[in-house]
Amino acid sequence: MPRVHIPAPARDLTGGEVELEVEATSVRRLIGALDERFPGFADRVLEDGELKPGLRVAVDGHVRAMGLLAQLEPDSQVHFLLAIGGG
Amino acid sequence: MATVEDRQFRVEPFPGGTPGNQRLVEEGRLPDYDVVGTRPIRHDGTDKVTGRARYGADIKLSGLLQGYVLRSPHAHARIVSIDTSRAAEVPGVHAVCTNADMPSADHRAGDLGEGMVDWYHLNQNVLANDKVLYTGHAVAAVAADSVHIAEEAARLIEVEYEVLPPVLDVREARGADAPVLNDDVRTDRQPAGETGDTPTNVAKHFHYEKGDVDAGFAAAELVIEREFTTETVHQGYIEPHTATAFWSPDGKITVWTSTQGSFMIRMQVAELLDVAISKVKVVPMEIGGGFGGKIAVYLQPVAAVLSRLSGRPVKLNMDRSNVFDATGPTPGSYMKVKIGVDAEGKITAGEAELLFEAGAFPGSPINPGCMCVFACYDVPNGRIDGYDICVNKPRSNAYRAPGSTHVALATETIVDEICEAQGICPVEFRLKNAVKEGDERVDGVTYPPVGMWETIKAVELSDHWQSPLEGPNRGRGIASGFWFNFGGNSVVAATVNEDGTVSLIEGSTDIGGTRASVAMQLAEILGIAAEDVTPTVVDTDSIGHTDVTGGSRTCHATGLAAIKAAEDIQAQLRQRAAMLWDVESEQVEYGDGATLTGPEGKTISFQEISGKLTQTGGPVVGRGSVNADKHGGAFGTHIADVEVDPDTGKVQVLRYTVVQDVGTAIHPSYVEGQMQGGAAQGIGWALNEEYHYGDDGRLHNASFLDYRIPTCYDLPDIETIIVEVPNPGHPFGVRGVGEVPIVPPPAAMANAIFRATGVRMRSLPMSPPKMLHELLASDG
Repeated sequence: MPRVHIPAPARDLTGGEVELEVEATSVRRLIGALDERFPGFADRVLEDGELKPGLRVAVDGHVRAMGLLAQLEPDSQVHFLLAIGGG
Repeated sequence: MATVEDRQFRVEPFPGGTPGNQRLVEEGRLPDYDVVGTRPIRHDGTDKVTGRARYGADIKLSGLLQGYVLRSPHAHARIVSIDTSRAAEVPGVHAVCTNADMPSADHRAGDLGEGMVDWYHLNQNVLANDKVLYTGHAVAAVAADSVHIAEEAARLIEVEYEVLPPVLDVREARGADAPVLNDDVRTDRQPAGETGDTPTNVAKHFHYEKGDVDAGFAAAELVIEREFTTETVHQGYIEPHTATAFWSPDGKITVWTSTQGSFMIRMQVAELLDVAISKVKVVPMEIGGGFGGKIAVYLQPVAAVLSRLSGRPVKLNMDRSNVFDATGPTPGSYMKVKIGVDAEGKITAGEAELLFEAGAFPGSPINPGCMCVFACYDVPNGRIDGYDICVNKPRSNAYRAPGSTHVALATETIVDEICEAQGICPVEFRLKNAVKEGDERVDGVTYPPVGMWETIKAVELSDHWQSPLEGPNRGRGIASGFWFNFGGNSVVAATVNEDGTVSLIEGSTDIGGTRASVAMQLAEILGIAAEDVTPTVVDTDSIGHTDVTGGSRTCHATGLAAIKAAEDIQAQLRQRAAMLWDVESEQVEYGDGATLTGPEGKTISFQEISGKLTQTGGPVVGRGSVNADKHGGAFGTHIADVEVDPDTGKVQVLRYTVVQDVGTAIHPSYVEGQMQGGAAQGIGWALNEEYHYGDDGRLHNASFLDYRIPTCYDLPDIETIIVEVPNPGHPFGVRGVGEVPIVPPPAAMANAIFRATGVRMRSLPMSPPKMLHELLASDG
């Protein structure tokens, strides 16, 4: 089952849980499942149905260009990160 | 498979380099390529060394007007009124514009690929209409027959200001009594936090936490906590900003400019001027340096507005003082960092509080600073808080590995202090604590295969580290650093010519030799010489969306697009050969030596089949389009030898070696050039560079005479050791190389200075006055 790392500022919603297993096949579905378990989570990461401006999703250590549409494998690790601008 | 500690390595000269160019080689493992790893002459070299290359300021158009931008003399003031009537009456003036001539903007986020921008804030930064937030903030602009007329007219523009108190220091700016720059800014808690509800200068608060930090420090035998500061510094590119624009009566806008990303300029111009992106064509000129500072727009929308008002093309150039006064520096910072280690020198916990200057509008590189501060080490317990804080300075912008150099000063200096206190060799400490594949950063991300450990091993094996440094007031220091790199969108189209050559077009502006490195990757796949590929950087109407040349992405991502284009060509040529031989294309192979082979010993070379394209169906064009996301991070470790003059405080660099994991070096000379260039900039940041502001917020050293970047007299021939731990996300293993070399120098220099003098420097720059002050203080 994919595992998701809960960002520190959102752990007030998860009762302090840092990493959770979530049954989902895409990032979008993972957020939906998290929101069902922890109401308000989707509002922290989504705006108008899309990832909030600047927010990125990393799957297995790589920031995925497909964002919400990125597919998950049973052993995927998911992180929410902010966009990083290089020079 | 053996662990990395069991594998055997050696350092040897890198073929084709100078004596100072070396590489780390693992016994039994050497890359095997024909083109990759060689050093062909860059395709644009002749034009650049003979002066024929065309830069932005070289543009000449029929009816071209020259523009001038009026800038604020105040660091913080409300604009009460602007009267341009007298300027408009000056003979030879064709247009005067202010923010009122631009469409209004609202608070929406724009994604520039590598980072975000708030369109309202960018609108206000291009031309202020409510408040000016730094000296040099653009207020109005004039287009005239000559720049002298435009300047004279601009001085007749009457701007009434209500002067407000400025705030320049991040610690003061976050105080409750500090003047608030932007009434619309609220503290945004990230990632995935809530937003505050009161106006503030603290635009963002990032918080990362891993493990049990308090328990980690409780388990430590030694805990060291220190405070650090760095000053505002500029990227220091030699070519000032320039933009020429023509707004045609048919509504199309053409912009000729010096930029790291023509498509990002197109997006910003279109958004700020409320036109469709298809109405904007950006022609990227050659670029005289960017380092992150030529991604955001400054002049381009203003030139376009002046063109619309005048009906003629308009050119705007900055002079050096404009560049310093008004374009994005990298922020000054305040940092408090704490690290705990056990009796064996293993890190048990880390904690950091980081305050970065955003400048006039939100957007400092505080987030990458947070993510980099402990990135080199396996830190089991960590807590990081970072704050993006508005101050009355130019809006900060990216500068090579944004944020990472700041935090490396803090972490690497404390690591050195720990080594000193525990009597551990700095190399041994780093080998023991270096991150490896599978280790988790404090932000939670787990590393794929990385080469941090290998860079330290290369240091250990290097001639530099093994050579004694003798003499008074001399010392040696090392430091490590990390940068994420980036992938992103790139497009390449490659046309096979009848003479067996290939014309390659791309959208990546060439800053560090990427025409060559992209062409070489296509040549490697096709089995032809790099010289048989002609790369050309084209405008935004001529190729698909390509992200900036920045984030150390171009060789990786545009290289990937070139590989895909080459593979497309291979597939098409197999079909053509099959047609010639009357067989199925599956029976044709594209093999080594650029030769296609078929059944019954049939062969045809790339050159031969290139001459048969017309008869087999017409021209062959290969296409490659990627949105790359497996770019692989990079680590570097540097060795610095210095001598400190006890009478003047001047620090002389005696010897300097850059060790870096580059994945695979496509063109070693340009990789080494990036490593040396990044180190040179980092050394300048370490020793001399800083903005000097008066209490009134005015910049006092807006010239290269007073803002001192290093020259050839300040630097030795910087040695390099290329480490190649292939990135599994690229067929050749490419990692970005351009940014990480700027990260370790300030810390490496500070550690070397400590060895030379016994004085710990925790504030940049370590310039002679500051150095002498500390030396005298240490004498009691």
